[in-house]
Amino acid sequence: MPIVECDAVNKIYQQGRVEVAALQDINLHIPEGAFIALAGPSGSGKTTLLNLIGGLDTATSGTIRVVGKSMAKLTQTQLAQLRLSQVGFVFQSYNLIPVLSAQENVEFVMLLQGIPAAERTGRARSILDTVGLKDKYKRRPAELSGGQQQRVAVARAIVANPAIVLADEPTANLDSKTGQGLLELMQQMNTERNVTFIFATHDQMVMQYAERVVYLKDGRIKTDTLKQHRDKVEPK
Amino acid sequence: MNMHVQIGWRNIWRNPKRTAVILTAIIIGVWSMIFLSGLMRGIADQMVRNGISNLTGHLQLHPHHYRRDPSVDHRISDAERLAAVLRQNLPAGAVWSRRVRVNAVAGNARHSSGVTLVGIDPAKEAQLSFVSSAITRGRYLRSGDNRGIIVGKALLAKYETRLGRKLVLMSQDATGEISSRAFRITGVFQTELKATEKQFVFVNLTAVQKMLQIDSAISEIAVLLPSHQQADAVAGQLRQALAEHKIDVSTWQDLLPLVKATIKIYDSFIFLWFLVVFIAMGFGIVNTTLMAVFERIREFGLLKALGMRPGWIMRMVLTESLFLLMLGLLAGNLLGMLSIYALAETGIDLSAFAAGLEFVGMGRIIFPVVQIRDVVGANLVVVVLGLAVSAYPAYKAAHFTPVQALTHT
Ligand SMILES: Nc1ncnc2c1ncn2[C@@H]1O[C@H](COP(=O)(O)OP(=O)(O)O)[C@@H](O)[C@H]1O
Ligand SMILES: [Mg+2]
Repeated sequence: MPIVECDAVNKIYQQGRVEVAALQDINLHIPEGAFIALAGPSGSGKTTLLNLIGGLDTATSGTIRVVGKSMAKLTQTQLAQLRLSQVGFVFQSYNLIPVLSAQENVEFVMLLQGIPAAERTGRARSILDTVGLKDKYKRRPAELSGGQQQRVAVARAIVANPAIVLADEPTANLDSKTGQGLLELMQQMNTERNVTFIFATHDQMVMQYAERVVYLKDGRIKTDTLKQHRDKVEPK
Repeated sequence: MNMHVQIGWRNIWRNPKRTAVILTAIIIGVWSMIFLSGLMRGIADQMVRNGISNLTGHLQLHPHHYRRDPSVDHRISDAERLAAVLRQNLPAGAVWSRRVRVNAVAGNARHSSGVTLVGIDPAKEAQLSFVSSAITRGRYLRSGDNRGIIVGKALLAKYETRLGRKLVLMSQDATGEISSRAFRITGVFQTELKATEKQFVFVNLTAVQKMLQIDSAISEIAVLLPSHQQADAVAGQLRQALAEHKIDVSTWQDLLPLVKATIKIYDSFIFLWFLVVFIAMGFGIVNTTLMAVFERIREFGLLKALGMRPGWIMRMVLTESLFLLMLGLLAGNLLGMLSIYALAETGIDLSAFAAGLEFVGMGRIIFPVVQIRDVVGANLVVVVLGLAVSAYPAYKAAHFTPVQALTHT
């Protein structure tokens, strides 16, 4: 069973009297363990799609299922619970709570999940070690570089063993070398922990890391390419 | 430390300047609540004290009808039996004194006017009212000195007389005739209130009894208890014990209705003041918290994306408010107590307004009095209402839609 299923999804924003169709007839199934890129120019609907999958926003029509649950049927509290237990987010920037240290930021999600303090500390430190921030536990976000902040964000997204991580242009504010490092980290997490990664990007280099690239334009899926097989799959 | 607590604590120091401003507002508010209520209670307390030492005592016993018509016609003849009942029923440490108190006319060559003539037992009276300790010139009455009289300083001036001079007192005696008797001024007393100085003149109990031809009868017994809180209970007990004696027992509240009413007014005054301070402070709190919330919209979006429920976010904002309130309360209480403590010895001199204050029975120097009730009230008002007004910004923070919040720059 796919971990994310979008069927005939439309999202229309009402901007004053104008209706903006941010997504039109999106059909997309993502299997568990995928490492998939949502590509496309700015304004093509990538962020909107990620927000719908993450339950931050609701579709105008169509159905979205995440880990088998139909998003439209969940209350705000249930959506929050779903995000807390199943979904990790990595945004382009300002991912971290400024008043908390790197370790505390990672612990915070576990705190919300009710994991006891001793276990939190152990798990937070070990995941920070994995993302290469062994000596940065106590640093506040402002004392970390952009790349380091994104690594903390990935660590936080992954630490509670979610089913999927949604990353919206996670490398957009990084130089290409740092960006590549982050992508390699995400890839590593994907293979080691079998966590599904869905990331939005408009960067050609970033797309090369994906095993599958879904290309959006004007709110529609234009192409859906499985790169390992170099097969070009036409959208349904 | 709990992480939620830590986050709240750190968040309030993100904008130290704003936090300092709102803390200052809370501190001044709390300080003024505590200090002003302390002053008001001090004023009320002094009114009670003045009233009580102004011959009232905590309890008074009178013959039936005396309070309606304080004349020699209403008197207690069997004072000894009454004394026996008192000895049995008063708590240890209580003192009492017999008096004859009647209206009289005092006159000399220059002036004559109505006064209250009080016959006292000098030794006993010294234990429970102001007279003996208020003598500023001459000397207090001696028992057996049936010609001496003590008058107030203001009366002395009004009659243009001085120590050693004669003063003639006239009053209706037991036979219904006007009898008069000449006294020599042996002492002058001074009080906070000029009206008291002009109203009361004191002579020996036996002198008045002779003058009014009432043998050993009296018109009043004043009782001073170890504490004024005991007044009601003891009065009840006495009323039972004296049921067949045709005696009225009154408490200081019965005898000083104006003081009682004034204390009530002060209660509402203090309440109003708390309200006014709080409304001013409340606006500040709402404003600050709203600013703090709107500055962090994106962060609340992030917290929602992480899976925080609206209720948790509300709790987070309220925790920050609670910290501000607690800090402000701590400093405000401390400052309030310190300033009251500093004035506890010297008091505040209000003699500039004394003419007006006298009317309500207040002295010239006010000593603030702390009532736990007021302090607890002030703190509760600030915490409860402070959190209540923070609920609006907290609700706002919790209900930004995540997408709006995340795209907010
Ligand atoms: N909150 C919104 N209100 C109105 N229009 C929006 C809103 N969010 C996105 N849009 C519009 O939806 C379209 C898709 O936006 P978005 O998903 O952010 O694209 P991308 O992330 O690919 O750049 C754009 O035309 C954008 O202007
Ligand atoms: Mg976008």
